[in-house]
Amino acid sequence: MFSVLLAALLSPCLGKRSDLQRLAISLLIALSGALAIAAGISGLLGDTAAATLPIGLPWLPMHIHIDALAAFFMLTIGVLLMPVGIYSVGYMKSFTANGQSLAQLGIFLPLFALGMEGVVMADDAYAFMVFWELMSVSSYFLVTWEHAHEQNRRAGFLYLLMAHLAGLLILGSFAVLYAASGSFTFAGMRGGELSAGMATAAFLLAAFGFGMKAGVVPLHAWLPEAHPVAPSNASALMSGIMLKVAIFGFIRVTWDLVGSDAFIWWWGGLLLAAGSSSALGGVLMALQQHDLKRLLAYHSVENIGIILIGLGLAMIFAAAGHPLIAALGLIAALYHTINHALFKGLLFMGAGAVLHATGSRDMESMGGLIRHMPITAALFLVASISIAALPPFNGFVSEWLTFQTALLTPELDNTLLAALIPFSASMLALAGALAAACFVKVFGIVFQGNARSKAAEQAHEVDRWMQIGMAIPALFCLLLGVLPTLFIPLIDSVPQLLIHHSLAASVQAGHWLWLTPISAERAAYAAPLLITGLLLVGGLLYWRLHRRNNRILRGSVWSCGHPHLNPRMQYTATSFSQPLRRIFSGIYQPDKHLGNAYEDHPLIVRKIAYAVHVKDLAFDKLYRPIGTATHHLADRIAREHGRGMHAYLAYIFISIIALLIWIAR
Amino acid sequence: MKQTLTLWLLNLLQASLMLLVAPLLAGIVRKFKARLQNRRGASLLQPYQDLRKLFSKESLFADNSSWIFRTAPVVIFTATLLAASIVPIIVVDLPSAMIADVIAMTALLALARFWIALAAMDIGTAFGGMGASREMTFSALAEPAMLMGVFVMSLGAHSTNLSTMVHFALNLHHLHPSVAFALAALLMVSVAENGRIPIDNPTTHLELTMIHEAMILEYSGRHLALIEWAAQIKLLLFASLIISLFAPWGIAETIGLLPILIALGCWFAKIILLAAAVAMLESALAKIRLFEVPNYLFTAFVLAFLGMLVHYILEVGVQ
Repeated sequence: MFSVLLAALLSPCLGKRSDLQRLAISLLIALSGALAIAAGISGLLGDTAAATLPIGLPWLPMHIHIDALAAFFMLTIGVLLMPVGIYSVGYMKSFTANGQSLAQLGIFLPLFALGMEGVVMADDAYAFMVFWELMSVSSYFLVTWEHAHEQNRRAGFLYLLMAHLAGLLILGSFAVLYAASGSFTFAGMRGGELSAGMATAAFLLAAFGFGMKAGVVPLHAWLPEAHPVAPSNASALMSGIMLKVAIFGFIRVTWDLVGSDAFIWWWGGLLLAAGSSSALGGVLMALQQHDLKRLLAYHSVENIGIILIGLGLAMIFAAAGHPLIAALGLIAALYHTINHALFKGLLFMGAGAVLHATGSRDMESMGGLIRHMPITAALFLVASISIAALPPFNGFVSEWLTFQTALLTPELDNTLLAALIPFSASMLALAGALAAACFVKVFGIVFQGNARSKAAEQAHEVDRWMQIGMAIPALFCLLLGVLPTLFIPLIDSVPQLLIHHSLAASVQAGHWLWLTPISAERAAYAAPLLITGLLLVGGLLYWRLHRRNNRILRGSVWSCGHPHLNPRMQYTATSFSQPLRRIFSGIYQPDKHLGNAYEDHPLIVRKIAYAVHVKDLAFDKLYRPIGTATHHLADRIAREHGRGMHAYLAYIFISIIALLIWIAR
Repeated sequence: MKQTLTLWLLNLLQASLMLLVAPLLAGIVRKFKARLQNRRGASLLQPYQDLRKLFSKESLFADNSSWIFRTAPVVIFTATLLAASIVPIIVVDLPSAMIADVIAMTALLALARFWIALAAMDIGTAFGGMGASREMTFSALAEPAMLMGVFVMSLGAHSTNLSTMVHFALNLHHLHPSVAFALAALLMVSVAENGRIPIDNPTTHLELTMIHEAMILEYSGRHLALIEWAAQIKLLLFASLIISLFAPWGIAETIGLLPILIALGCWFAKIILLAAAVAMLESALAKIRLFEVPNYLFTAFVLAFLGMLVHYILEVGVQ
């Protein structure tokens, strides 16, 4: 397991020659991913490992420990790190071809991976925070990779700011736990006696800190700024796993360190509300984007919301004393965690391939790429179906599990929650359906139709490395979609560790074909049979439809008699989402500009310019006011600083008086 | 073992029944409508003739169409048929209800919809994009209402397995108010999902407010036939789902020739009643404006949600 560390550490040291360097960096990342998978699986099978690193403070060496929870997240990191490593071999070629130095990328990408793996393995608060900061800071340099653009520098600054605010809150959460237990190691913290107030403080600090990092609405606004501007392999890692590391931290602090015995029902309610608003808010914002990577970043917000819904449900049921249902909710959330890592990583890699081929992230200038890049298109489609939660791929399984958890609400006595849970289940349904709409838009505009620009017309398929890098997660998407019954027993050790209950009994009672989370009468889903049916009937039909003697005529597109169709007459990404813009105008508050240029006569229009811009409400309503308030405060303080010596003396005098009063109290 | 085999055979029989009866339902609705408009109307078997004609014609594809366009009719048809085969219509305990529950059924329909929308985007015509955009928007808004309506029944039945839910409905001794709310919501959603008046007009081509027809404008020949057939199956599926969830009386609870024949008769009679209702509705109502559709769907959602609340307030404690 320590070769994971070694591999990641080794990579920046390697190579002056750019070709060798590229190959070495990428493949070492892939190796590290493969080792993380191995570590994860062996950890989930019950083989825990612990070590104390000789580095760190003299009285506080770094503790490292892989238990089931850490192992699951190691697996999540590994399944994406490995393909991204392979993908990077091809992807970074375009940088070396342009004569760009790989030094920055070559140092910070592995450090970033190391940071994430370290956070997951950490067994004391100190190691956790060090690796956490390593992850945050190294990813800052990935965000500012193309620092020539001012916009990217701004995104990077915002990112760094939010990352540190989040770090501060998390530190606060650890401080509360330390105060209760007097120990920095996690083992000590678990033993600490927490009062209800302290537990709530630790929970809230952790929820806001990790929530900020995970991009939960309304704290998400940095995420769609930062993720798109990093190189695509880094964006894949950031969206695919860095957000998951935040989820990991949250689970570690609340479920493990605070402990499920201390849960209060409204904690779960808070998570559920945050999850529902993230799921819906994320997808609604995503629908209005036409920058491909920005759109994907907003979808990360959505999926984090879905994970939080699962976690919130689990927390509610755990607090209400239904550990079996809580285990189901936890499994649903974890399942979605690994699913999202897979398909979002794949989508970002696909976006990178498109960017590589067309040189653009703007969807409005693409089109018809399915003919030039058939393999990328097919793999992108797999990810699109997965993220839209459609069978037989993996996204459906985790949403199905979440729904099943939500439908167990009659077990609760709390009527407020009993009404709230079905409501968030319906928000989940709406978010899922809107995600489907969004990916019809993405796939339809980018890959189908006709090319909207020269670059899209001359696009070419990416090289083998990149194709393999994308094919691996696509394969996992299918496997996790078809064989959930084999995967769930594997991750079942996580709820076993956290709440001492697992689904083992109910899953084993079923069959490997049937996924029966609670009981067979309650609900069952047999993905292998479903896909067999789909393939059998579909294959037969397809064969019947396209036998050799059944000719298909080809002709030009019917144009209603219009003689010159051109690609600009196609539906665009903006027009696709117009109905939603109108329906949800209260949320979007679209900013429309219509400028007509007239011929001499006011009825003869020569040219129409139409522009619509949708802003993120969180920016205007939350970020900006806080930013302005901070500025004002800073201004005030600065003015006080400007006073002369006598003012400072007065301050000292006032503070001494205040202190004396405090002491004499 | 023999019993399981019989059940699977019955299941297969039921799926083929859905397949074969679907065009007839379309014919019945059309006949009713014609009679309401004082016309004689075409024969009940006209939809079969139409399908046969389409199947014997050759297909014409646009030059730039991709494999998505070619596979779409197959995916749509298969997914819809699989979804239809898990709704119990003649026997309660279908083995296929174990394969996919009611959530998976809606997901299968969503898969079909996803693919048809992709096919619409494939050629890059404005009509296709328009249809896809509208279909995906409105179906997304219909999804929470649909699931919430079903969930009301699931909460009562403690299951999302359709067979168990039918059992629950059979054992309801008095009308639960929540069930009435759920029924109203599901009826409204069914109308929208099948693109019937007042949401969309299935008999129109080239109207600027069309949704479903705009998406399949580029299809012809046997590919079009499959899509049309799938749409007919979907209508029958929703009709059967509503019957099974809310009025399953007569459905065979044991396997035997007589119960099955009775079940068949009951099911068919109820289908005809629903067809009459659809025809009445379509003759009496005008299509609503496109941007009124969200309000319509929102109403359906609120009804379903009220059903949910009513279930918690009135029924959970009582049972």
